[in-house]
Amino acid sequence: MTTPNNLVYERPEAFTESPTHYCPGCTHGVAHRLVAEVLEEMNVVDKTIGVAPVGCAVFAYNYFNTDFVEAPHGRAPAMATGIKRVLPERVVFTYQGDGDLASIGMAEIVHAAARGENITVVFINNANFGMTGGQMAPTTLPGMKTSSSSLGRDVETQGYPIQVSEMLSTLAGVGYCVRRSLHDPKNIRLSKKAIRTAFETQVRGLGFSIVELLSTCPTNWGMTPVNSLKFVEEHMIPAYPLGDYKISEAVKQIKV
Amino acid sequence: MPKELWKGNEAIAEAAVRAGLEAYFGYPITPQTEVLEYLSRRMPELGRAFVQAESELGAINMVYGAACTGVRVMSSSSSPGVSLMMEGLSYIAGTEIPAVLVNVMRGGPGLGNIAPAQGDYYQAVRGGGHGDYPRIVLAPASVQEAIDLTALSFDLAEKYRMITMLILDGSTGQMMEPAEMPAMQEIKRKNFEWATNGAMNRERRILSSIYLNPLDEEKTNLRLLTRWQDVQANEVRYKEYFLEDAQFIVIGFGTAGRVALSAVREARAQGIKVGLLRPITVSPFPYEALEQLTGQAEAFLVTEMNTGQMLDDVMLTVRGRKPVEFYGRPGGVVPFPDEILNEIKRIAAGPVPVHSNPRVSWLHRATAHA
Repeated sequence: MTTPNNLVYERPEAFTESPTHYCPGCTHGVAHRLVAEVLEEMNVVDKTIGVAPVGCAVFAYNYFNTDFVEAPHGRAPAMATGIKRVLPERVVFTYQGDGDLASIGMAEIVHAAARGENITVVFINNANFGMTGGQMAPTTLPGMKTSSSSLGRDVETQGYPIQVSEMLSTLAGVGYCVRRSLHDPKNIRLSKKAIRTAFETQVRGLGFSIVELLSTCPTNWGMTPVNSLKFVEEHMIPAYPLGDYKISEAVKQIKV
Repeated sequence: MPKELWKGNEAIAEAAVRAGLEAYFGYPITPQTEVLEYLSRRMPELGRAFVQAESELGAINMVYGAACTGVRVMSSSSSPGVSLMMEGLSYIAGTEIPAVLVNVMRGGPGLGNIAPAQGDYYQAVRGGGHGDYPRIVLAPASVQEAIDLTALSFDLAEKYRMITMLILDGSTGQMMEPAEMPAMQEIKRKNFEWATNGAMNRERRILSSIYLNPLDEEKTNLRLLTRWQDVQANEVRYKEYFLEDAQFIVIGFGTAGRVALSAVREARAQGIKVGLLRPITVSPFPYEALEQLTGQAEAFLVTEMNTGQMLDDVMLTVRGRKPVEFYGRPGGVVPFPDEILNEIKRIAAGPVPVHSNPRVSWLHRATAHA
């Protein structure tokens, strides 16, 4: 196929030819693409090792043109630690959902951050366990109905949402910790810039970096893709304010 | 090299370093902690990776990650900690990558105690983690053997792309003995065709234990079993003592086997034709060697620091053709040679019936005394 003269959009080389399995309207595909574009722009595709989670992104390794390993549920930061400690010159990232990272994997993520592991974490927050069919996650909003909080999350018995970025930003080992959203083009551009900064943090050895991305789950939320984007804007962002939760002095010097 | 006085746990740590250990991930737990402590200074001194993990779950998954890159990696723990590692072990097995794990066993179940025990035999040998997977399990009975088997464990793990576990009880971990340490091996990173270490100038690689199509998973299970047959054919190791003319044969691994040897020597001095088979690989178990002995033996005595776990492997081999008796001290109690000697004498005085369940007859004797 010849390249058209007016080419404005193409598949990043950091992507394989494999079509993704994600539901229509889900923002995983957008998040994947942003990571792929950043890896390509930084020219680190061949030195990157990704760590896939258990969750909807379990097959992330099928889509990125990098070496990949597949972690047990929640353990991706520990696996990434093992890889990065023996291969410090490689770029190592985990891609984790909120069930994986904020529920079963809370100890692993907190301690990887506390140790200041030079890894990058892309954290997808869509307020539920997507792969198993939309159960309540630690990030599920109060009152939100899921298949395991079918009357709506009752904070009296089911607890309160966990704000991961706010929590991790208190740790000295963290170089970069921000929350962005994937609900519109402007925020997608800001998300990409954040992902770039996170990987730049890693390659400069400036500590742990994480980008939390507010995302949609139209299938399990029972909404159209458009309505789920509105839900992010109207309900997710008030509960999970966008912003820079920690940018260390050294990371502030990075220009992307 | 000359013999030096080495503590078991530290000897294992140094032997691993000399075998080319590039990364260690661990967590404190008695009676294993000296492995962690020793490596916390030794590994950084050599510019190698050391992390005290947040938990045994963290540690085994750091091992999993590092193992995916093809370097020599190890963790160590003791019984309750090893239970936590079973998730990671199953994943490592399913991913078919080499890793070494040391279990310095203590009394259990539950929190148990910190005294020497062998109650994790089933967990180590039969599985522990979920799914169908084999693993190599080595059982040293002295500090020297712990050193030698640590070095061997890395070779076996790499050769068969398999977990190799060392199981020893707390006494071997804690005791000091003269032992000879091998020379320092230079680290040579092998270019494994499966390692995920960055796709530079090659096709990218994926390491995973997921096979969503059951037919693919079935193939994987069969591949693991086929590889296990190679291990069974080539890697069975055991020690024989006084077996040539033995009428009575004691079987024990690790410290129980070592204590049994003292008893066997004393029984020989008293004119009883008794010998000892001490499995070194408890997985693969020396079924063949035991089968050979089944013809000559009048009776077997299995002795363990548990309630009879390896006993099952012996009974699977002997299959009621000869009497099998059991003597155990579970819960963190180490038997004295005299206790085993008394059992040898009781059996030698005969006649001993073939019990369908030697564990039950032992329990009756044990509780009758108490």
